[in-house]
Amino acid sequence: MNKSKEQLLNKRYKAEQRFRLYGLSAIFMALLFLTIFIFKIFSTGYSAFQKTWLIVPVTFDAELMMLEQNPSNEDLQDADYYDIALKSMADLDPNANEDQENELKRMVSYFFEKEIKNELLNNPGLIGKTKEVYLTASDDLDQVFKGNYPRDLPEDQRRVSDYQLKIFDQLVAKGKVESKFNISFFTYADSREPELAGIASSFMGSIFSILVCLMIAFPVAVLAAIYLEEFAPKNRFTDFIEVNINNLAAVPSIVFGLLGLGVLLAIFHLPRSTPLVGGITLSLMTLPTIIIAARASLKAVPPSIREAALAMGASRMQTTMHHTVPLSMPGTLSGTIIGLAQALGETAPLILIGMVAFVNTIPGSPMDPAASLPVQIYIWAESAERGFVEKVSACIMVLLGFLIIMNLFAQIIRHKFEKKWS
Amino acid sequence: MKKNGVKMIKIKAKNVDVFYGKKQALYNIGLDIEENQVTALIGPSGCGKSTFLRCLNRMNDVIDICSVKGEILINDFNINDKSCDVVRLREKIGMVFQKPNPFPKTVYENISYGPTIHGMAQSKQEMDEIVETSLKKAALWEEIKDRLHEPGTGLSGGQQQRLCIARAISVRPEVILMDEPCSALDPIATAQIEELIDELKKEHTIIIVTHSMAQAARVSQNTGFFHLGHLIEHGSTDKIFKNPDNTKTQDYITGRFG
Repeated sequence: MNKSKEQLLNKRYKAEQRFRLYGLSAIFMALLFLTIFIFKIFSTGYSAFQKTWLIVPVTFDAELMMLEQNPSNEDLQDADYYDIALKSMADLDPNANEDQENELKRMVSYFFEKEIKNELLNNPGLIGKTKEVYLTASDDLDQVFKGNYPRDLPEDQRRVSDYQLKIFDQLVAKGKVESKFNISFFTYADSREPELAGIASSFMGSIFSILVCLMIAFPVAVLAAIYLEEFAPKNRFTDFIEVNINNLAAVPSIVFGLLGLGVLLAIFHLPRSTPLVGGITLSLMTLPTIIIAARASLKAVPPSIREAALAMGASRMQTTMHHTVPLSMPGTLSGTIIGLAQALGETAPLILIGMVAFVNTIPGSPMDPAASLPVQIYIWAESAERGFVEKVSACIMVLLGFLIIMNLFAQIIRHKFEKKWS
Repeated sequence: MKKNGVKMIKIKAKNVDVFYGKKQALYNIGLDIEENQVTALIGPSGCGKSTFLRCLNRMNDVIDICSVKGEILINDFNINDKSCDVVRLREKIGMVFQKPNPFPKTVYENISYGPTIHGMAQSKQEMDEIVETSLKKAALWEEIKDRLHEPGTGLSGGQQQRLCIARAISVRPEVILMDEPCSALDPIATAQIEELIDELKKEHTIIIVTHSMAQAARVSQNTGFFHLGHLIEHGSTDKIFKNPDNTKTQDYITGRFG
């Protein structure tokens, strides 16, 4: 009898040990996947924050630029920079034939003319002189310099010719190739050329969408939650509403996109591809999340507080507004931020309402066409150019950073304000 | 209190029935409550004494499935009448709950809340006075006069309950309902509250629900005994405790059940 009791006890201890082991290995697996994911993103993406520049001597020849003597600022604006830009590239190899001159030109981005112009506008005294100017390297050479380009492929399968590589290697040997922090990744809008593509337009698009979403979803959701929790009678109708709010939270996001397309664009003719429409669509998606969070935190306010206020002769409205709602705010706000973070990462509904269009301007208001960060990731991931690979990862890093900051903020609000009175 | 030898009746309950959904909780309660006296409601758990107390300031309205029938006259006015405004009723009938439930705000804000929503103070100075007198009446002023702007939830349990009493009397109610106000407190805090109740009855009519028969005997002048939703017996505390008419009361008082 005693022995079997001991066996039983041993068995129970062993079962507990096994269970702990399962739990531990589950956590280990999750961490492993997370580490692999983050490592992959960072190792692919970090190079996007560097940009390769070619340092090319440019002679600001007044004659080639069609400039009179003592030109005014306006003259400088209107001057022709294309010829001196072409000439400075061609001069990299004095023996180049016409085809090779063309190839030399393609070693830098098509912004090279503008970059030379800016140099002169900043320093008009350069006319007639020669100065080394930083020109953005073409995306392929950028990748070559970063070591991401397979140089050993046969030439006809490469976008960089042997000739370009030869000249590039000479420049590298002379120290005329430099890598600098890629500011333009944050300040430029999207572009077909990876070396000129930035996240400014999608970043602003995301910010505007989230703001529109917040301004619509937060008040509507909070009012709905307060009504349902504090005022609505508990009957079949409110039960029905509650079930449907929970259902709404489970509706696939693409359905909301179809709604935006069918109603906002087709019936109300709101401007296509804009953060306004994107924000409204996302707010529909965020509504149930915020309502559920707000109701949960209203429920968590102890009934004794409501009774205290009611017994003092406060009306129901005063009880709610003076006591229940302020006490539920930390929970409601952190739920809101989490809902917004979800909306921030949403892609499918935005694609349907046209925020996937190629936008090379930075939006100044929610009424301007824009992309959003997750859609930008999608657009770049689809592009063929090798230069976009690192850009995709870099954009994911920015989006993740954004999300981490928002979630952190939600945590801080929750902890700081909930502890205050306990 | 007697005026020209006649007892002054503050509250008159007639034929009060209370239902939670289909379940009846109180049966035909009729009870007179004397002005400026302490009336104790005693009885075993679930007997309906708290339910009856909550009828007096219509706190049962909050519970969706609860319905109250019958007449409750306060100053000869039926509070179950449609014309009765609950906000004004609750201004006149204060309540103190079983568990201290100060608002999670400062001591000052806890007390000034009632006068603020009822517009009882015209200036900051008047409000300061109300807060001070209320705290003094609740015998709390000396202990916490330097902590008026600290959270009320940071006080000890007994202090919190006295804060709730101060909050209740801040709007000068005619009646104070107390629902087992000492059940969450230690004996010392309980003694303080009992002393306070004796003091408060000079200005207020007090109805206290209590589990402790000793407490009922100590603080009350009148007692009502509830059992299974019926008011079995009521009368002066002396009579109920020394010479009850009903055997059930006798059994409960002597601890044979409950």
